[in-house]
Amino acid sequence: MITVENLTKSFQGVSALNGVTLDVEAGTVLGVVGPSGAGKSTLARCVALLERPDSGAIRVDGTDITALDGSALRAARRQIGVVPQGDSLLRQRTAAGNIALPLESAGVPGPQRRSRVGELLDLVGLTDKAAAYPDQLSGGQRQRIAVARALAANPSVLLADEPTSALDPETTGSVLTVLDRARAELGVTVLVVTHDMGVVRKICDDVAVLEQGRVVEHGKVLDLVGEAGSRTSSALLPAVDLNPINESSYDRVADVVLVGFAAVGALLPEASHRFGVELNIVGGGLTRLGETPVARFRLGLNGERSDSALEWIGEAGGAVQRSLKGPQGVAA
Amino acid sequence: MRSATPWPDVVGYLVEATGETLYMVGVSTVIATAFGVPLGVWLQLTAKGGLRPNPAAHRVLGFITDLGRSMPFIVLLVALTSVTRLIVGGSIGSTAVIVPLAVGAIPFVGRLVQNILSEVHVTVVEAAVTTGASTLRIVRSVLIRESLPALINAIGVTVIALIGYSAMAGVIGGGGLGDLAIREGYQRFNDRILWSTVAWLAVLTTLIQLGFTRAARASDRRRHASV
Ligand SMILES: Nc1ncnc2c1ncn2[C@@H]1O[C@H](COP(=O)(O)OP(=O)(O)OP(=O)(O)O)[C@@H](O)[C@H]1O
Ligand SMILES: [Mg+2]
Repeated sequence: MITVENLTKSFQGVSALNGVTLDVEAGTVLGVVGPSGAGKSTLARCVALLERPDSGAIRVDGTDITALDGSALRAARRQIGVVPQGDSLLRQRTAAGNIALPLESAGVPGPQRRSRVGELLDLVGLTDKAAAYPDQLSGGQRQRIAVARALAANPSVLLADEPTSALDPETTGSVLTVLDRARAELGVTVLVVTHDMGVVRKICDDVAVLEQGRVVEHGKVLDLVGEAGSRTSSALLPAVDLNPINESSYDRVADVVLVGFAAVGALLPEASHRFGVELNIVGGGLTRLGETPVARFRLGLNGERSDSALEWIGEAGGAVQRSLKGPQGVAA
Repeated sequence: MRSATPWPDVVGYLVEATGETLYMVGVSTVIATAFGVPLGVWLQLTAKGGLRPNPAAHRVLGFITDLGRSMPFIVLLVALTSVTRLIVGGSIGSTAVIVPLAVGAIPFVGRLVQNILSEVHVTVVEAAVTTGASTLRIVRSVLIRESLPALINAIGVTVIALIGYSAMAGVIGGGGLGDLAIREGYQRFNDRILWSTVAWLAVLTTLIQLGFTRAARASDRRRHASV
């Protein structure tokens, strides 16, 4: 569990963080996204205890960690595993040696260290690379070793700054899988900074959008996609208006967002059946957020009870985002 | 014109002078490393962006270091006479030369070391910081271990430079190969001694250079791995 309260930080009078407040529930993954210069890395560096904020608090399991010094600071750093942006492995150490570094800092004795390193190599799927040096590993493998290192000392929080920015899509998948396993198998709370909405799509439960040092959107990804006009929905959902449609051939035209197997599979046919309306999907499509199927469709409806059908869809858990023809949409 | 020095005598001269040179250079290298490496580490730690930034302290020590580096060795040799007498109990001979050699080499080593340590990427250092490692551990396991091959090469460079400086040791009766070449060879028009000393110096420095290059390579784990 990590809470950021009203964090501010400026560099030579230039404000980088301007009152950032957010929280990550234990065992969930938060993605921090935003344009270049928004303050994402500054936030990450503050949470990693590499930068001291000017004001505000960062609480890990309730304790403020921003004002610590000396050995208390080092102990707090062990509570937060960090995957830094870019190449961060010691090139003179093997993969196993790199993973052992936090354990050495924590004073873990040799035999225990070796067995823990073995577990972590297994977690990131690189047991066969234990004796390899970073120069002999691919970018994705190096990044997975960096994740293993970050997890070595059993931190409660895992922080990753652009963990996939230098990787191709396939390798990105392998690194994200490892982050996801860390949450699922070790129960760590994950905070991942990225400019890639694909990362949010694949592994994030929550998302925070940062702009000019402020949080302009924060919440559950599956909630935010249902909110008309949210940044998250426009970034993650299929486009609805790729094909121009002939609006005059429908009584009503509206965009709906459906979340989950049940909604995506059953809601539209049921609405059509219940209200005796003709219901056509004229745009949009289906996508997947994590394990959850999510659809955004543009619907064309014909029939007297079209408005009732749309209303019912909203009540049944679909989000009617926009009515292009007819009364304004109601978000459920 | 005398007849040329017999070869066995030339070899005798060379053996004795080599012993003196290796003694002067060896001991002063050890001392210069013992002080120069910590100096370089300290300069790097206090530098802007270092682990313990301290601009004021960094500037002061940096200034003194550069002053020491810019001092011509011959000046140091003479200027340090009284200090030398205090430390080794005399101001002439091979042992007396060690003091100015070491003093002259400490700032040289310090700057070399700082430059090398500054090459370790900041992300690598910060990654170690986030593991909760102490500064001492980071210096040892990250800064020094990551740059060990370059540091060993730097010590090699220092040894070669000190062999050069030690040629001036004759001024205070230090002996050594340089002194042999100048005093017995050049000043007495003894070509045989002059040129055999020069040739032997070339061989000796090449061997030393080779030795350090090998040691540096042996310390580079990456190379072991790639063969
Ligand atoms: N050490 C620093 N010194 C001065 N200014 C800084 C420093 N670090 C960040 N800034 C400034 O703070 C602002 C936020 O930078 P930050 O690196 O946090 O952005 P970001 O969201 O990570 O951007 P990007 O996506 O490009 O990585 C920028 O205006 C940047 O210039
Ligand atoms: Mg950044």
